Amino acid sequence: MSSFWSWWITIISVGNILACYWLIKWASKPRPGEAATGDVTGHKWDENLEEYNNPLPRWWLWMFYGTIIFGLVYLALYPGLGNWQGYLGWSSTGQYQKEMEQARQKYDPIFAAFASKPIEELARDPAALKVGERLFLNYCASCHGSTATGAPGFPNLTDNDWLWGGDPEAIKTTILDGRQGAMPAWGDALGPDGVDKVAEYVLSLSGRQHDAEKAAAGKEIFQNMCAACHGPDGKGNPAMGAPNLTDNVWLYGGSPGAIRQTITKGRNGRMPAHRDFLGENKVHVLAAYVYSLSQR
Amino acid sequence: MDTADTYNYKVVRQFAVMTIVWGIVGMAVGVYIAAELVWPQLNFDIPWLTFSRLRPLHTNAVIFAFGGSALFATSYYVVQRTCQTRLFSDGLAAFTFWGWQLIIVLAAVTLPLGITSSKEYAELEWPIDLLIAVVWVAYAIVFFGTIVKRKVSHIYVANWFYGAFILTIAVLHIFNNLEVPVSLTKSYSIYPGAIDAMVQWWYGHNAVGFFLTAGFLGMMYYFIPKQANRPVYSYRLSVVHFWALISTYIWAGPHHLHYTALPDWAQSLGMVFSLILLAPSWGGMINGMMTLSGAWHKLRDDPILKFLIVSLSFYGMSTFEGPMMSIKTVNSLSHFTDWTIGHVHSGALGWVGLVSIGSIYFLIPKLFGKERMYSVKAMETHFWIATVGIVLYIASMWISGVMQGLMWRAVNDDGTLTYSFVESLKAMYPYYFVRFLGGTLFLTGMFIMAWNAWKTISGATPAAATATQSA
Repeated sequence: MSSFWSWWITIISVGNILACYWLIKWASKPRPGEAATGDVTGHKWDENLEEYNNPLPRWWLWMFYGTIIFGLVYLALYPGLGNWQGYLGWSSTGQYQKEMEQARQKYDPIFAAFASKPIEELARDPAALKVGERLFLNYCASCHGSTATGAPGFPNLTDNDWLWGGDPEAIKTTILDGRQGAMPAWGDALGPDGVDKVAEYVLSLSGRQHDAEKAAAGKEIFQNMCAACHGPDGKGNPAMGAPNLTDNVWLYGGSPGAIRQTITKGRNGRMPAHRDFLGENKVHVLAAYVYSLSQR
Repeated sequence: MDTADTYNYKVVRQFAVMTIVWGIVGMAVGVYIAAELVWPQLNFDIPWLTFSRLRPLHTNAVIFAFGGSALFATSYYVVQRTCQTRLFSDGLAAFTFWGWQLIIVLAAVTLPLGITSSKEYAELEWPIDLLIAVVWVAYAIVFFGTIVKRKVSHIYVANWFYGAFILTIAVLHIFNNLEVPVSLTKSYSIYPGAIDAMVQWWYGHNAVGFFLTAGFLGMMYYFIPKQANRPVYSYRLSVVHFWALISTYIWAGPHHLHYTALPDWAQSLGMVFSLILLAPSWGGMINGMMTLSGAWHKLRDDPILKFLIVSLSFYGMSTFEGPMMSIKTVNSLSHFTDWTIGHVHSGALGWVGLVSIGSIYFLIPKLFGKERMYSVKAMETHFWIATVGIVLYIASMWISGVMQGLMWRAVNDDGTLTYSFVESLKAMYPYYFVRFLGGTLFLTGMFIMAWNAWKTISGATPAAATATQSA
């Protein structure tokens, strides 16, 4: 900030503190002509409201002086008065960096040791899994659930069914860089009738109850519109995160209504990236934990 | 008698009755959202009943509807009695009553609908903000107009505090709510980022300092010496703590923003002034408590004095706790935990609630030409139920708050967090239930008060004093 504002802040804040000091100093001395201790001041309001003029309680006065002294000392030691950085050179950014540096020195070796081992090996190491589970509960459970069994829109990680691939490296990439799953909306292009037919065909793919006639018509539409991502046989494509439609596992619900909704309005699934936030070594341990969930 | 024909008691009566009504409404909403925290299914998946929408309704209702009505009622009464003159304008006073009620009703409708400017304790949207500004200016004219035409030479100390509260709230309200409307129900603050946060907490903390402290100190300075029939302990102390209080409170806001994007210098000043604030805050407590010195026996059988004096104990406790929580290292534990909720409620229920209840019990018989409240026993019961309720509330929030803070910062040997957020939430469960219980007790007391006031006002003969004539 400019030196004008720095002085502005300094003068007003120190001025206010000194004014408090002057105020109690002034009021703690009796003045001539004033009512003495135990006497009322002589003013009377509303029939019986009067005031004594007792002196300021000593202990209270000392407490007041004490906080003023503390305040002035604090403002000399710490940043507070405009551009003044304080004798201790403390700053909240500095404190944060120091604490982070300490944490890095203490904990980084632990994760570096884990990171030197392959994920498959960590997935059998109880100590690594314990650490991975703690990371999972804090950073992943809010979407995937404490038991990692997911919720509508958030994949179940225990069923060995993978949108983006389930080998250790694919899982690690998913956590590091995130994923963006996009199912386009087909409602306008297909119309309600077309959506209905495709939905019946999709139901047939996983052997569910369906209208055979509509499904046959839907199959044709599917081959034109959907096969590009989901594949001609509906088995999906992990390169695009396109789900396998034949296994009766449903991210957004498998009822006929939910399937029609998915086709009509489309879906957008977003797994956030954790590379900058957790760092590669922690993600390595986390990936081992997630991988282990489907290996049990 | 210099009462009904000289003074405007009508507006005082209206606000006094509405204090009880809005107290019940605001606290009932509070009890409901406390129950939602224990049994989340109580929102029935209805948006208007969700915690997020009812919580601002609760805070606005208890602060501005209950507390506001109590301040209007007592300030109009006190300023007339201590200036020995009728209110400056009956018409404007009536306007403040109906205007304030309209604002409350508008708040009760818009907040559950999700119409909010999202600034804490200032959630109401711009058309209501404008209405508040107009009503508040009218209030200032009535109050200061009455001071100007007073028939006594000196201005009584209670009126200094009421005056400071009215002036400062006007400034705070107007500057915090400077916003650009984009539609009738939506506006955006004119301040960017960290400046907006700073202005918000300059407002927010002084809503506590001037609305919930200075205003209610005004109340304390009239009703305690009146009810105790003793002179105020020290005129000198009242001068010192008044000026020190109003000049330091205004700085304290940044302690709500420790360890944020707010520059370090502002955080430090907020903390330093919060600590210096301790002595000025306690000045009011000492002056009120010591007024009773030599007359402590009156506490034994006067429930009104009990309410007033115990309110000062809670005031002293929370104004000690506040400066401690403003210290950065303490704040890093307490911030975002239930400790803050407990702190606020020891001030809100203990100080603001009890001092208002005591003052309204004092006023009701006087305003309606009765000798005393219908049932002294019911007042006594109310006092104990309310006190137990407050203790349950703040003790449970202290424990759960400190526990939360400790659980959130607990770290394993490998640097991972020991507890997930859900685990800390599960640990809160019993304390949330105790809090709900405490709130329910406090609300029960308000129902007893309403019944007692109803019996008093509707002219039932006071149970214990059938023979005496009304004064």
